[in-house]
Amino acid sequence: MPEANSRVNDFAFKLANVNGTGSASANGLLMQAIFRMGIPVSGKNLFPSNIQGLPTWYEIRVNKDGRTSRALDYDLIVAMNAQTYARDIQEVRAGGYLLFDSSWPLDKAVQRPDVTFLGVPLAQLCVEHFREPRERILMKNIAYAGSLIALLDIEMSVVEELLQETYGKKKALLESNQKALKLGYDFAKQNFECPLALRVQKMNANGDKILIDGNTATALGALYAGCTVAAWYPITPATSVMESFKSLCERYRKDPKTGKNNFAILQAEDELAAIGIVIGAGWAGARAFTSTAGPGISLMNEFLGLAYYAEIPAVLVDVQRVGPSTGMPTRTQQADLLLCAYASHGDTKHILLFPAHPAECFEFAVTSFDLAEKFQTPVILMSDLDIGMNDWVVPRLTWDDSYKPERGRVLSPEQIEKLGHFHRYADEDEYFVTPRTLPGVSAKGAFLTRGSGHNRLGGYTELPDEYQAVVDRLAEKHRAAARFIPPPVIDSSRSSKGKGKGKGRTSFSLVTLGGCDAAVREALDLLGQRGIHGDYMRIRGFPFGAEVEAFLNAHDFNYIVEQNRDHQLKSLITLETGVPKEKLKSLLFYAGFPLSAGQVVEGLLSAMGKPDGEPTRGLGGMPEALSGAEG
Amino acid sequence: MPSISKPIAAPPGSQRNDVGLTVRDYEGAMSTLCAGCGHDSITAALIRALWELSIQPHRIAKMSGIGCSSKTPTYFASGAHGFNSVHGRMPAVATGAAAANRELHYIGISGDGDSLSIGLGQMSHAIRRNVRMLYVIENNGVYGLTKGQFSASADVGSKLKKGEENQMAPIDPVFLGLSIGATFVARSFSGDKQQLVPILKAALKHRGLALVDVISPCVTFNDHEGSTKSYLYTRKHERPVAHADLVPPAEEISASIGAKGVTTIAMHDGSRVRFSAVPEGYDPGDRAKVFQYLQEHQTQGMIPTGLLYLNESVPDMHERNNTNDTPLVQVPFESLCPGSGALEELMEDFR
Repeated sequence: MPEANSRVNDFAFKLANVNGTGSASANGLLMQAIFRMGIPVSGKNLFPSNIQGLPTWYEIRVNKDGRTSRALDYDLIVAMNAQTYARDIQEVRAGGYLLFDSSWPLDKAVQRPDVTFLGVPLAQLCVEHFREPRERILMKNIAYAGSLIALLDIEMSVVEELLQETYGKKKALLESNQKALKLGYDFAKQNFECPLALRVQKMNANGDKILIDGNTATALGALYAGCTVAAWYPITPATSVMESFKSLCERYRKDPKTGKNNFAILQAEDELAAIGIVIGAGWAGARAFTSTAGPGISLMNEFLGLAYYAEIPAVLVDVQRVGPSTGMPTRTQQADLLLCAYASHGDTKHILLFPAHPAECFEFAVTSFDLAEKFQTPVILMSDLDIGMNDWVVPRLTWDDSYKPERGRVLSPEQIEKLGHFHRYADEDEYFVTPRTLPGVSAKGAFLTRGSGHNRLGGYTELPDEYQAVVDRLAEKHRAAARFIPPPVIDSSRSSKGKGKGKGRTSFSLVTLGGCDAAVREALDLLGQRGIHGDYMRIRGFPFGAEVEAFLNAHDFNYIVEQNRDHQLKSLITLETGVPKEKLKSLLFYAGFPLSAGQVVEGLLSAMGKPDGEPTRGLGGMPEALSGAEG
Repeated sequence: MPSISKPIAAPPGSQRNDVGLTVRDYEGAMSTLCAGCGHDSITAALIRALWELSIQPHRIAKMSGIGCSSKTPTYFASGAHGFNSVHGRMPAVATGAAAANRELHYIGISGDGDSLSIGLGQMSHAIRRNVRMLYVIENNGVYGLTKGQFSASADVGSKLKKGEENQMAPIDPVFLGLSIGATFVARSFSGDKQQLVPILKAALKHRGLALVDVISPCVTFNDHEGSTKSYLYTRKHERPVAHADLVPPAEEISASIGAKGVTTIAMHDGSRVRFSAVPEGYDPGDRAKVFQYLQEHQTQGMIPTGLLYLNESVPDMHERNNTNDTPLVQVPFESLCPGSGALEELMEDFR
C-alpha cells in the first residue's frame, strides 16, 4: 500500500450507478471540477446498451503526471446500485473507501475489513428535502457528488461556477442542484474526517487544455474542412458525431444575408443510403461525409467498392464498437481494421486514418477530406467508442487561417475547353490521379461514371488489357497515398537511456494505434522502472509509409498492441509490408473496455516468456483478474 | 408479337429550340438493347421532351442503377454527366448529388427490379424526401439482364415464357407512390409517345420528385401470350385518364377553363398543366379520388394511364432543409470555414 500522503492528485475512483437515473450529470460535474482545478484527469463511461435500469459505471482517474489511461485499481467506489453492490465492493483496493447509501442497512456478508465504509443516507436526505419522486431520484446523484466534494477536497467555488454555467438560466434546477449538493457536502463534513488522505489539490497542469470528446472534435473537423453535405443513420457510438455537426452547422453555417443553410444534413433510411448520398454529393463536387460504426461499414461495403473503382471522394467516420454482428454496442474495440482496409468485393484498398484522441480526430477529419479529394477515393477515419464518447483532456484545438482545401484534380471550364477530348481515366499525374470534371459545368467535360468495367477513356470495357490498365493504376495510386498519411509517432527515448540497445542485446518495441496510445506509453514507463526498456511507435494511418517499415525492421521484436482478437493490425502489416513475420508479436485486448497500462505490462511480461507466434490475450479489464499487475 | 418500329427522335432534324439546339444534340450513344425494346421508345420520348423544354444538356444529370433500364442514360444527352451506380441505389446517389447541386435537372432512370425489389426502400425514401427529380421506372415485369425471371411488378397470373405463373401480388409503384406522399404520379406506356412526351415535360418542371411508371414491354422475355406486360396486352387494357399538357407561363390556355373535362394545375415556375378529357368525378389534384378511381378500374383489369396525380404545394427536400439558393458546391470555402477566431472562442465552451 502506498503511503496515505502520496495519494494527493494520484488516485482513481469509480461511480457505480443505475443507468437512466441521471448520474451522468453528477459524474461529469466531478470530472469537470477536477479539470478546472488544473489537475490532469480522465473519465471513462462504462455504460450499458440500454435506456434505463441496467448497471453503469463511471471511472475517474486523477493523475498529476498526466497519465490518462484507464486505472484498474479503485481507491474509492461510490456504490449506488444494489444489483452490483457485491462486485463493486470487491473492486476497492485494500485500504480504500466505499461510499454507500446508508438509508438502508448494508448486508454484513458483503462488508470487508480492509475497506473503510462511508455511509451517507442519500435517499433519506432527498426524500426529506425534495417533493417530486423523479427529483428525489435525480438529486441523490448530486448529493453524493456533494459528499465527494467534501471528502476529496474539490473546490466548492469551482463546482458552484459550473452549476451556474449549466443551469444559470433555469433557476429552479439550479436551486435544486445547489440544495442537493449542500445536503451531501454538509453530511460528509459533519460525519467524516474531511478531506480524506485521498484528495485533490489545485495544480496548473491543464494550462491551455480543453475537455472534449472525440465525436464533437470530429464534427468540428468536418465543419472546418468545409463539408457541406452529410448523411447518416443513427447508430451507437457514432450518433453524436452528426448531432454535433448539426448543432455546429446551425451555429456557424447560416448564410448571413438570407439566413439559409450552407449545409444539408440528411438522416437516411439506412447506412446504404447514407453512403450513397455521400458518394452522389462527392461526385457533384461537394465535400461530404457519413458517420457510422461497424454494422454500418458492413452495409456500406458495396458502395465503397463503387467509390473506389469509379474514383469518387467520400469521407467515412467509423466510431468502432465491439463486434461481430450487433456485438456490444456500448463497448470499445479496434476490430474493423481489416474490414475497412479492404472493404467491398474485388480488389479494393482504402485509405485509413487512426486518431488517438479528440485533438487528432479534429486534425485527421480535415486530413480525410483533403486526402479523399486529392486521391479521389474513400477515406475512413477510424475512431472508437472510447475516443468518441469519453471526455479527454487535450491541447486546445487551433486553426490555421492559411489552410486551403485540397480539392484535387478538378478541371475548370477553361481547362476543359482547351482539351481536344476529355477522358476521365487518362492523363495521370505523379500520384496516379487522373483529372475529373463535375456535372453541370460543360458538355465537353461530360462523361458517364460507372462501376462496371471501364477503360482509360471512361468507356465500358470487357477487354483484358483495358481493364487491367485501370485497376493497376488504382493500386499505384493507393501506394502513392502513403506519403501523405500522417507519419507514425515514434519514441526511442527509453531504450536509448536504458541497456536495451547495447550490442548483442535484444531490442524490442511496443507498436500500437488509436486510443491505446496512453496505456502503452504508460506501460513503457512502468516497464522502464523494472529495467525493461523498449521503443514505441504509434501507426496513424494506412497505407503504411516507409518509416513504419523501417522502424519494425530495426527491432528484433515488435509487440503489436491492439484491441481485437485476430491481430488485425499485425495481419495488415504482414500483408502490406516486407517486415518478416518473426519480428511481429501480438498483445491483444478486446473484451470491450478501454485499455489500461497494467494490462499491457502484464501482457508483455507474459508474452516475453512465450514461444514464437503465440499471441498474448488480455482479459480486457476484469479487474480482479489483474489486480497486482502493476509493480 | 406485334411489331413496333423504333421511333425516330428527330422529325424536322434541323429545327432548333430556344437554346439553339436540334433534337440530335440530345441524343446519346447507339442503344445496345434488343431491337424493339420499349426502353428505346422511352429514350426517344425523353430526348423529345428535353429538346422541347430547351434544357441545356450539360445542366442535366442522368442517374441510374443496374439493369437494362439503367443502361439507357448512355443513349441520350451525351453532353450531360451520367452516373450508372449500383443496383437499387440510384435514389441515394441522386439525392446526394441534388443535395450538393440543386440547380441541375436530375433524371433517374430505373426499372422494376432496380426500384421495386432491391431498391424499393431507397425509392420510397426518395419519394418521401421529395427530391426534385424525374424518376422513370421502365417497367416490364421481368429481369432482362439475367434472362427472364419474374420481377416484383409481375401481375398475379402473368406467365413466364416457359409457362411458370406468378402467384404473388405485384408491387404497383403508382399505388405505392400515392400512399407514401408522392407529389407527382404518372403511368404511361412506351408505345404511346403522344401521352408520354407531355408527361415527361410536366415531370421535368415539377417541384419535387416526379414518379413516372412506364410500361415498357421486354420483347425478348416478356412479350408473349400470357404476359400482362406485353405490347398486345397493354394496348388492349390501357385506359388513358385525361391528357396532360404543359403550358408555358406566357401562353394562353386555349380551351376555356371550367369546360367539361378540362382542368388545370399551376406549376411552381408559373407554367400550368392542362388536363383535358378528364372523366367525370376524376380530379388529378385529389389523392383520395385518384386512389379510388385507380382501384376501381384496375380491379376490372384495366390499366389507367396518364398524369394521374399532381400536387405542387408540397415543399421539396431543399425547401424543407432551408438550403441556400446558391448550390452548396458553389459556396466558397471562406463562407464555410468559421476561421481561427471562432474556434478560439468556441474552445471556451470546453474549459
